[in-house]
Amino acid sequence: MLLLPCPWCGPRDEVEFAYGGQAGIAYPADPDALDDAAWGDYLFMRDNPKGRFAERWYHLHGCRRWFDLERDTATNDLLGA
Amino acid sequence: MRYWRAAEPRRSYDVVVVGGGGHGLATAYYLARNHGVTDVCVVEKGWLGGGNTARNTTIIRSNYLWDESAAIYEHSLKLWETLEDDLGFDLSFSQRGVLNLAHDLQDVRASRRRVNANALNGVDAEWLTPAEVARFCPIVNVSPDVRYPVLGATLQRRGGIARHDRVAWGFATAADRLGVDIVEHAEVTGFARAPGGRVTGVHTTRGTIAAGSVALVAAGHTSVLAAMVGLRLPLQSHPLQALVSVLVAPVLGCVVMSNAVHVYVSQADKGELVMGAGIDAHNSYTQRGSFHVIEQQMAAALELFPVFAHAKLLRTWGGIVDVCPDASPIIGPTPIEGLYLNCGWGTGGFKATPGSGWVLAETIAKGAPSALAAPFALERFTSGALIDEHGAAAVAH
Amino acid sequence: MRRLASGGAVDRGAPLRFRFDGRELQGLAGDTLASALLAAGLGGGFRSPLLGRPRGVMTAGPEEPCAFVEVQAPWFDLIAPATMVPLVDGLTATARAGVGRLPGPATPTPPSRQRHAHVETLVVGAGVAGLRAALQAARRGDRVLLVDERTFMGGTARSSDTVDGRPAWAWVEDAAAELRAAPDVTVLQDAAALGVYDAGYVVVHQRAAPVQTLWHVRAGRVVLATGAHERPVAFAGNDRPGVMLSGAVLTYLDRFGVLPGERALVFTTNDAGYQAARALRAAGAEVAAIVDVRREAAAQEQARADGYGVVAGLLVAVEAAGDPVRVAAGVALTATGEELRFEADLVAVSGGWNPVTQLHRAIGGGLRYAADRSCFVPDGGPAWLEVVGAAAGEVPAAAPCWYVAADDLSGHFVDLQRDQTVADIAAALSSGLRSVEHVKRATYIGTAVDQGRASGALAAEVVNQLLGTDPGAQGPTNARPPWTPVAFHVLAGPYRGQAYDAVRVTPMHDAHVARGAVFDNVGQWKRPWYFPRDGESMHAAVLRECAAVRSGVGMIDASTLGKIEVVGPDAPAFLDRMYSNQMSTLQVGRIRYGLMLGVDGMVFDDGVAMRLADDRYLVTTTTGGAARVLDRFEEWLQTEWPHLRVHCTSVTEQWAAVAVAGPRSREVLQAAGTDVDVAREAFPFMAWRDGRVAGVPARLARVSFSGELAFEVHVAGWHGLHVWEALQAAGSPLRITPYGTETMDVLRAEKGFVMVGQDTDGTVTPHDLGMSWIVNLRKGDFVGRRSLLRPDLRRPDRRQLVGLLPEDPGVLLQEGAQVVAAEHAAAAPPVPMLGHVTSSYHSAALGRTFALALVERGRERLGAVVCARSFDGGAHHAVPATVTEPVFYDPQGARRDG
Repeated sequence: MLLLPCPWCGPRDEVEFAYGGQAGIAYPADPDALDDAAWGDYLFMRDNPKGRFAERWYHLHGCRRWFDLERDTATNDLLGA
Repeated sequence: MRYWRAAEPRRSYDVVVVGGGGHGLATAYYLARNHGVTDVCVVEKGWLGGGNTARNTTIIRSNYLWDESAAIYEHSLKLWETLEDDLGFDLSFSQRGVLNLAHDLQDVRASRRRVNANALNGVDAEWLTPAEVARFCPIVNVSPDVRYPVLGATLQRRGGIARHDRVAWGFATAADRLGVDIVEHAEVTGFARAPGGRVTGVHTTRGTIAAGSVALVAAGHTSVLAAMVGLRLPLQSHPLQALVSVLVAPVLGCVVMSNAVHVYVSQADKGELVMGAGIDAHNSYTQRGSFHVIEQQMAAALELFPVFAHAKLLRTWGGIVDVCPDASPIIGPTPIEGLYLNCGWGTGGFKATPGSGWVLAETIAKGAPSALAAPFALERFTSGALIDEHGAAAVAH
Repeated sequence: MRRLASGGAVDRGAPLRFRFDGRELQGLAGDTLASALLAAGLGGGFRSPLLGRPRGVMTAGPEEPCAFVEVQAPWFDLIAPATMVPLVDGLTATARAGVGRLPGPATPTPPSRQRHAHVETLVVGAGVAGLRAALQAARRGDRVLLVDERTFMGGTARSSDTVDGRPAWAWVEDAAAELRAAPDVTVLQDAAALGVYDAGYVVVHQRAAPVQTLWHVRAGRVVLATGAHERPVAFAGNDRPGVMLSGAVLTYLDRFGVLPGERALVFTTNDAGYQAARALRAAGAEVAAIVDVRREAAAQEQARADGYGVVAGLLVAVEAAGDPVRVAAGVALTATGEELRFEADLVAVSGGWNPVTQLHRAIGGGLRYAADRSCFVPDGGPAWLEVVGAAAGEVPAAAPCWYVAADDLSGHFVDLQRDQTVADIAAALSSGLRSVEHVKRATYIGTAVDQGRASGALAAEVVNQLLGTDPGAQGPTNARPPWTPVAFHVLAGPYRGQAYDAVRVTPMHDAHVARGAVFDNVGQWKRPWYFPRDGESMHAAVLRECAAVRSGVGMIDASTLGKIEVVGPDAPAFLDRMYSNQMSTLQVGRIRYGLMLGVDGMVFDDGVAMRLADDRYLVTTTTGGAARVLDRFEEWLQTEWPHLRVHCTSVTEQWAAVAVAGPRSREVLQAAGTDVDVAREAFPFMAWRDGRVAGVPARLARVSFSGELAFEVHVAGWHGLHVWEALQAAGSPLRITPYGTETMDVLRAEKGFVMVGQDTDGTVTPHDLGMSWIVNLRKGDFVGRRSLLRPDLRRPDRRQLVGLLPEDPGVLLQEGAQVVAAEHAAAAPPVPMLGHVTSSYHSAALGRTFALALVERGRERLGAVVCARSFDGGAHHAVPATVTEPVFYDPQGARRDG
């Protein structure tokens, strides 16, 4: 049971959150300018490292705020919110 | 019985398969058996079959929804049906039937849709009423008074289970006999590239091995390897937990799966109940998940099988499943010459073991995607032609 | 085997009756079942699961590999080691060889509960090391939880030991007293830590009757003081009843006052065997000899000086005899090659000590080999996890001796529950397997109910030795939770029966129940499916309800519809981005239907939005989609457009809603009493008005899912039942008919309104549905827009929503039937499929059946005949049907104004 540091509520159990996958995938400013391959990249291609990973979490059963976190996916060590 | 040799890796091979699990070993076997390509080396970073092959809940079936999926899983099931003879190896393969339970009206519609599609694709499938479910599997609670009553189920009689370790060992031993080299404890640390970008071999902790073609069949670690050649994939690696109970006298003669009351369970010949449910939601390579996932599947198990109340949990563990956005695999060449991919089987790889290997072997041997593999190309994420099998995958993502 | 006249922590003044394998026996308070059996001379009487070999109690703890029992009274336990079953009055148990029998429903499942705790320090193990750690933490003010799986504290501390200069047991009592008196310290006994998880999360199973408790603990620091288990040695006949671990012999003598044999042979690799020998002699037993694998050791000289026969050598074999079978003699081989035979009824073995590291390893801790102690000790691990005491490797030095060499190794048992021997390991290795993990999977060593506690380390070293590698080259196989088995029902906790998942009901629920509604589960909600009258079938009820709505008036509880208030100056712009059509142009006071797409272009949800003010909308969603839609709104607002000034609030439960539908619905509203002018001219379609209905504040909305004139009455949740009943009463002269979700589905399908999640499955675009009109490409970007341009979403052969009219108007197509070309009605597989039937009903209005389907190139096939094939039981149905527009009733929409 991960203990996730919600920036507003403090450390809370994993079951209060929903996972949002990789952080930092910004919605393209001009989607029409992207060809299908680039658009497919935005929709689907993701980093999936064994190690440091910047990810998003959503405090669904709490303050309902999204935040980013860095976690080591090989150990579950938290590296900063 | 002599299992596979501990081969010393040679300098080069026609084909290097990265990943010594069921799919990689099956690939090597079918390369040798079907195509006479025996100059093959399988490199495995740990002990053979020690990844997801050792950790899954051993369910085998082919009752997926879309034509493309049914085709490849059914091809795999047909291979299962003669695999023990083919490999000369006992796999404890048992076609004891797989029930997928429906608990609400939309479950019923989706189930009937799948049964009809299966039947018209030549895949055995039946719809059972609750009374028929109870006759087929007497310990399922079909009472209408429970929180989410069973409204019926699909049944694939030809589905069942096999002993996962022996599948890996069977493919390894048979491939070895055909001349394939299997090298354990050799972790790929990088790829050798030609000036044009073509992959020409692998660097491992046991030396560099040149290769005409390299196939990545590394399940949850696929992205790690792909990142070494700058290939970005739509995969996310998650823990998938499974568990066994203490041994109990035989009570469950088939496989039972439920999406809504989420758990799937069978009973191994030794007597343990083998169970699983959904993935842990976060990305992880730890091969462990959180305990609340186990507790939730316990509650689900007791809803469906009140008789399990006094069974005892003996052991939990986890694998690393490479989940794809449409719950379908990625098979075929990559944009990088010489590099092939077979991954994204996510929570459903074990059942596909022979079919996956067969199809990848054909693709590598012919240098072009086999017909069964073509719909699962990486390109589908550009075109949008996804093959959405979340419902049929029967594992919560 | 007998009870000693004195000694031990048992109460000779408190006898307890118990029944074992049908025999009435007596033990003492403080016994375990195992100690009571030994005291009664019944330490044997068990069988091995596979070979049926006679077995006896071998240990005194959770590492027991032989003496398994099923407990029937006063609680049921499917299978447990007798060494861990506390003796209580009336205990009834039978020996169990490996495989449990699930009891029938007559065996009660006692209640269990879940508790949660947050502590600075959790200590696992109340031996001396654990008590020290707990005291230290308590004294510095930590909240402390101390757990121990035994019913006594002190672990393996002997009464003759001293701790800090005091007799050990007195020290333990004082420590326990101090901890129990401390206000922020909780001590749990008979409580096993099942597993340690990320960030100090520990699950503890407290077995105290009558309510078993599963503790979920979040600890800042976890201290593992789990001790060490003695390791056996494999030699011929080492599984015989009467072969025990030397520490266990000591425990039975010291803690339980039980003498496990009269004439003992000791076989040891370390000094521990000598302690057992002395205790045996002090209790009145004979010590035939002490066989020590070490050539020389200080303990040997001292023992010889004290009159013990010490043999430097190996115990090669044990002979057994008698009925029941038991150890009768041991054969030793001296260092000089001499064979010596000793008669004995007890063999006390000490192969060394294995720190108990399972909890540490399962959370990522490692091991390293300590050659001086011939064992693995913990290494590394998370910063918040500490291992202390014997568990950390504070165990005696021991010489390595895993098995005693012999030509025939088939009686040298390694895993007694799996009946696997050194010969079995050798066979696995000679077949080419090399990894301990492979040997485990070939022999099943370590996978039995004892999970290799007494065999895992031994098996690994046997592999190392047989492969000719150094001790420690390979370690034991992976450790996994739970530490000991726990019943499914304890883990399921209170989430059983109707409590398995929350039940959501509307404020009108009781009225529906009273009316005899048959309910349907829609997610967690209970919604009336239909309201049968006078025993009518569902088919009849639905036809009646449908006819009533179209010809008169009906009413449906629409409270479960998702409702979200979207507020802020940027709310209009935000909704323009969330819907495929434009919401910013919606006037205040009006309502607009909208479609939401996923970023992949597929239909995600639908519903109507009401514009309440310039900066305020009430958005509705499907019942099942409410949470999804709100989460999606939040995700885009917070992560992509944080500059937009918008707030979203779920108000699904705050508003109850009743839809009054049918040509006479206006009259019902008027009869119920409203200050809103509901006349046709005053209240247009797709408008809303605030006012009062039946004496309470209400919002009226003219929307219609049925296509008839309809008014949705929205009131605060606490007025829901009142308004339902008021409308019922007002409509009674008009024979107003309550209807459920089935009728709702039929009516909307007659009008061709899609049900997201039924007519769509996440792979359907608005164009597929024939709803290109709702995709506004001129308004600027919205979620899903770009994806609609992808090649696969523009294929001409995509599956499109159409209607199907079966050739036989009385035949109902199966929902889920596959649509094929007419000429394929009887074709054998593989049959090309064009699509499937998504919705299918009997229509009261049409007097016939009809269906909606997604069909390849559907809109090009209008008027053509296709075939719907389905399988039901053993029957195959192939129904010809004509493809039509997906609207069957009132295509012009003339009925909506009444």
